[in-house]
Amino acid sequence: MGEKLLMKGNEVLGEAAIRAGCKLFFGYPITPQTELAEYLAKKMPKVGGLCLQAESEVAAINMVLGAASAGERVFTSSSSPGVSLKSEGISYIVGSDVPCVIVNVQRGGPGLGGIQPAQSDYYQATKALGHGDMHFIVLAPAYVQEIATLMGEAFDLADIYRMPVMILADGALGQMMEPVDFGEKKQREIPEKTWACNGHKNQRAHNVVNSLYISPEVLEEVVVERFKRYAEIEEKEVLFDEYMTEDADVVVVSYGITARIAKTAVKAAREKGIKAGLFRPISLWPFPKKELASLADKAKCFLSVEMNMGQMVDDIKVAIDCKKPVSHYGRTGGVIPTPDEILAKIVELNGGEN
Amino acid sequence: MSNILLAGFGGQGILFAGKQLVLAGMKQGKEVSWLPSYGPEMRGGTCNCSVIIEDEPIGSPLVIKPDILLAFNGPSYEKFAPNIVTGGKLFVDSSLVNFEGARDDIEIYPIPATTLANDNGLTGLANVIMLGYIVKKTGIFDAEYFENSLISGIPASKAHMIDFNKKALKLGFEYEG
Repeated sequence: MGEKLLMKGNEVLGEAAIRAGCKLFFGYPITPQTELAEYLAKKMPKVGGLCLQAESEVAAINMVLGAASAGERVFTSSSSPGVSLKSEGISYIVGSDVPCVIVNVQRGGPGLGGIQPAQSDYYQATKALGHGDMHFIVLAPAYVQEIATLMGEAFDLADIYRMPVMILADGALGQMMEPVDFGEKKQREIPEKTWACNGHKNQRAHNVVNSLYISPEVLEEVVVERFKRYAEIEEKEVLFDEYMTEDADVVVVSYGITARIAKTAVKAAREKGIKAGLFRPISLWPFPKKELASLADKAKCFLSVEMNMGQMVDDIKVAIDCKKPVSHYGRTGGVIPTPDEILAKIVELNGGEN
Repeated sequence: MSNILLAGFGGQGILFAGKQLVLAGMKQGKEVSWLPSYGPEMRGGTCNCSVIIEDEPIGSPLVIKPDILLAFNGPSYEKFAPNIVTGGKLFVDSSLVNFEGARDDIEIYPIPATTLANDNGLTGLANVIMLGYIVKKTGIFDAEYFENSLISGIPASKAHMIDFNKKALKLGFEYEG
């Protein structure tokens, strides 16, 4: 264990990126993630890096595409409306098979919405942040400490699989301070970026990074090849956490900041004698399907708890093959649910008063 | 276990005060979290921050029912005092807040922190006076330990503030109503 520092989630996103060897950040300010850019504006020059405020989110994500194409570790950050603006660029990055990290510190939506914490970009992040047949890895930290761990992991995963990795956080996690220990990260083997457009020096053939394939047969082949990579990721890179799920009748499924609130509710339910448990997906894509399915025989029901109107419910239903009922409890628009509200829903699902 | 809510006007040092409590807790190996209000209110309107200091890992970082409320202005008192848990503690800057008719199921600790600050050449340090008062009255931290924790967080560029902060804390520690 190293020294514990007290830092905001947004600052930890920046520090962890630097510690992961990322020296390039392109972004555009938006509440509630601006402290990240503020932190990097101070720190990047000191480590020989660059933190650039672009003229827009669209410009920032295309700078990311450029830097990533040159083989550099690079990331961008925004909050919900700003991430929507980046969606075209993200699709191009996926189509170009280049690695990068994208941070979304979510706020309420749709539209300009609000500035308070939300998780209402779950669909966007896990299903369709950009046109085309595509996926990317989505990681949802629940603790400031976990931001530090997952940020480093995100850069490695991006390089290994040559695709964007999104850190899906929320306004509360970005704004709050908790102790963090950056410690040592487990080392992954990172493949050499032989594809990077970083100058051939007459030593090798030109590399081309591109997302345009005019021939349908060729494009199909490229996409199918990409989906083989996705299958490998679904096999190898699932992350999740469990709390008292072994004998749970009511399995609460929740991610990010909401999961820790749900955990308090689960503990309270146990004190009332209700067999509740918490299943926390950390990777939202790949979604921990098998692991959830393994709980479906024993559990009586599932409860999805999110700061949205129920966007994860379908993923849970598919994962458990609709074997058990799946309910939803959520607040939206920037309202954070309380442990008592979640507990009341658990009690109700367990058949009423205990 | 302490769920603490600090609330007042932007500029009164609410967030700073909350951070000092969290830092002191962290250095003692406690689980801690600090969550600020970050809306337009932090630029002049009402401002608040949730501080949790616990032995167990923290669930929700949002303090809805505080064990301890530090109310630095009237609107904060009106808004949050009804949410204090029964038997909880209200610390209130009595130079700014009219708390007549306050709940009788909570412990009330009034201190004219702003007046004390102004009268002692410590304008702007009402928050630190309040910190001294709550540390002493709640026993959440040893007074000397808390002073060292706060002082050690003052950067070299602001070393001239050390004595002012010590003086402010002392006023809070020694205030007896």
